[in-house]
Amino acid sequence: MLRPRIIACLLVHEGGLVKTTKFRDPKYVGDPINAVKIFNEKEADELMVLDIDATATGAEPNVRLISQFAAECRMPLCYGGGVKTAEQAKRIIGLGVEKVAISSAAIERPELIAEIAEAVGSQSVVVVLDAKKKLLGGWEVWTHNGRKATGRSVADMAKLAAERGAGEVVVNSIDQDGVMSGYDLALARKVREAIRLPISVLGGAGSLADLGTLIAECGVVGAAAGSLFVFKGAYRAVLISYPAPAQKEELVRSNLACAGPRR
Amino acid sequence: MITIVDYGLGNILAFQNVYKRLNVECTIARRADDLRGATRLILPGVGAFDHAMELLDASGMRAPVDELVLDKRVPVLGICVGMQILARASEEGSAPGLGWIAGRVRGFRSLGRDDLLLPHMGWNDVRPARPSPLFAGLETDARFYFLHSFFFECERAEDVAATSAYGTDFASAVHAGNIHGVQFHPEKSHHFGTQLLKNFAEL
Repeated sequence: MLRPRIIACLLVHEGGLVKTTKFRDPKYVGDPINAVKIFNEKEADELMVLDIDATATGAEPNVRLISQFAAECRMPLCYGGGVKTAEQAKRIIGLGVEKVAISSAAIERPELIAEIAEAVGSQSVVVVLDAKKKLLGGWEVWTHNGRKATGRSVADMAKLAAERGAGEVVVNSIDQDGVMSGYDLALARKVREAIRLPISVLGGAGSLADLGTLIAECGVVGAAAGSLFVFKGAYRAVLISYPAPAQKEELVRSNLACAGPRR
Repeated sequence: MITIVDYGLGNILAFQNVYKRLNVECTIARRADDLRGATRLILPGVGAFDHAMELLDASGMRAPVDELVLDKRVPVLGICVGMQILARASEEGSAPGLGWIAGRVRGFRSLGRDDLLLPHMGWNDVRPARPSPLFAGLETDARFYFLHSFFFECERAEDVAATSAYGTDFASAVHAGNIHGVQFHPEKSHHFGTQLLKNFAEL
């Protein structure tokens, strides 16, 4: 049985590991390579590393940092941040990364998705859509760390990504980022219904039960979380955690059963 | 000694790291000369079938690898697209494969299952078809990380070493004599993958 993926999402800012709230106020939570080592020990399903400076400052992907991640990581790794060309994507895959995530650059120039798919294969191209709720309903895609509105709906962008050859779409709720009150399930459902690619959902998970609710809603899905795996307790003390294998198995099985055969 | 055939595709570093932790000697071959002394070969690969064949041909290692595997019977482990090129051909492209294991590579799309999300991405169960040294210690409850849209269809049932379910029961591992292939990524599959790579080193 193919299992939902429980993904630890790490944000990198000025060389350190941080966690944001609604895409703002990066709080330093530790050394990124050390975090990878802990997730190795805990046998996390997958790791997503997003360099939040690279896009905002227009910097090139930090090859040194990425190779350190790739060398240390014993689980599948997805890297995003500052990737603007197929050449860069190829280089990153060559460093030992399984998947390259693109966002702003792909939304500005969707041909980039096809170019990267051509260079490294569709299975390694992830399009990240940062989505913000619109006042009158629906979700709009934003870029540049949530600072630039695109005017495009999340479902349209997801479809476009699929058409151009993406292998996965990650939908990241700006409103729910760091809030730890649960995923935006309606947003997740919207993207799930729009495309037939694997999707991952990020933003809002505050408990293992929240991961379960997403799985019950979307079936085999990537349930990604940042805060949940780096903070502990009401005072948000930094402590890296990840569900133990038996706990994860139970979470997946009980909630997949709810998702039913249609998923 | 394990030799990783680096023809430009796949996660060479990740294999090296696993073997470093296992204290197994492991080198990387980038040209024909580097293959001397190889007693185990790992053939990695990601991306498209034709691209993999093109790069392997262009690397100048095709002929010596052929000789090691077919004449000297050195155990070889193809991984992901490195497994798929063991077949004769693939629906994904038009280049002939190595043809070491009778079969061809098909797309999951050709199953006509509209509900199937593609690529097949994530952790799935792998059930060995029979007891085998490569899957020692992995007989029950083994799961590995997959990332692919095409799968190996064996002509001979006895070449299927393990199966996994995704839309159909497909060959997630193949085996004929000294030739092995796995569709999943053992280098990224935690202790399950480490066990399999250790088993390969000890074949």
